[in-house]
Amino acid sequence: MTLRVKALESLLVEKGIVDPAALDAIIDTYEHNVGPRNGARVVARAWSDPAYKARLLKDATAAIAELGYGGRQGEHMIVVENTPKIHNLVVCTLCSCYPWPVLGLPPVWYKSAPYRSRAVIEPRGVLAEFGLSLPDDVEIRVWDSTAEIRYLVLPERPPGTEALGEEELAALVTRDSMIGVARASQTKAES
Amino acid sequence: MNGVHDMGGMHGFGAVAPEAGEPVFHERWEARALALTLAAGAWGRWTLDASRYARERIPPADYLHMSYYEKWIAGLSTLLVEARLVTREEIANGRAAAGAAKSTPPLKADRVPASLAHGGAMERTVLVEPIYSPGMTVRARNINPVGHTRLPRYARGRVGTVTRHHGAHVFPDSNAHGLGEQPQHLYQVRFEGRELWGETNNSEVYIDLWESYLEPG
Repeated sequence: MTLRVKALESLLVEKGIVDPAALDAIIDTYEHNVGPRNGARVVARAWSDPAYKARLLKDATAAIAELGYGGRQGEHMIVVENTPKIHNLVVCTLCSCYPWPVLGLPPVWYKSAPYRSRAVIEPRGVLAEFGLSLPDDVEIRVWDSTAEIRYLVLPERPPGTEALGEEELAALVTRDSMIGVARASQTKAES
Repeated sequence: MNGVHDMGGMHGFGAVAPEAGEPVFHERWEARALALTLAAGAWGRWTLDASRYARERIPPADYLHMSYYEKWIAGLSTLLVEARLVTREEIANGRAAAGAAKSTPPLKADRVPASLAHGGAMERTVLVEPIYSPGMTVRARNINPVGHTRLPRYARGRVGTVTRHHGAHVFPDSNAHGLGEQPQHLYQVRFEGRELWGETNNSEVYIDLWESYLEPG
């Protein structure tokens, strides 16, 4: 694929269809500027500031824009809140729709046939494979991203974090917890 | 189209395989594939819906075999040729045909941050009132369009409850085919797991569905 894509790029540059510097800028954006740390800041703000959380659940696009995030693949955002009795899980069964401005580009598993096929029919089985076993009385809500609405999960704030500030809280918020395949960590997250 | 991309509820694909510490791109060509797709899209010669439809038309055996960004390259090649920006021969040769015109790229590097931060909103203003409202019972119609659609097969014929009205949004089934935006009211609809999958399923699936996908339940 390396050679094939290189040939396509050189053709498109030669014909003046794309600007190679623009390609670099696009890649730089998604490798360095736009990723799940954005979403983690949104979640940490919601955990810390009840008024912000209320705005986030009412009009997520506007509340997320308050923190400076928005745009491509996040034009119409909805945030769904996990509680002790409700667990939310996001999927795109038809392709790979995902809220780029707050989570970056989706991981391979999210775009894969196993996840796309199974999340809607056996969410508990999928969650168990991520190490998340939920009690039977927890209602599971699966969000299939069939339109241009993008869903972000607001995970539960972990117990014992009352004393933490927003920045420390953000460090507990993993990408997976905002897709709904994990809980937020009680210790500093890796991704 | 009833394609293999419409995967919801299928069996046999195995376990989900998360990768610890996964990089944004596994190979440099994947990054270039993403960037080429976005930069070429800036020509405005095709819509986001058309680009999804181009990937859905990949033959099923190939679709299942290809990696994600291989599908993007296949889709992009289809779009470029159909938009007459390049020819199949040029793609095969990796160079422009003799005497081919040289264009000016519409997306320059300095415009990239603003372009990505702006995105492309899909909500539109329409004059017609929405037929449905939250709390109403609806049935997803049993339709099988041969072109692009965002009504998954697993929901067709099933009864759900409207939980939200999103306003009117661009209609993918027309927009993917150069037939215009034809915006329609868009609803979030909740389906009980037992309605979709049978008695033993106790989860719920929420699906965003355009008005013409629905009928009174």
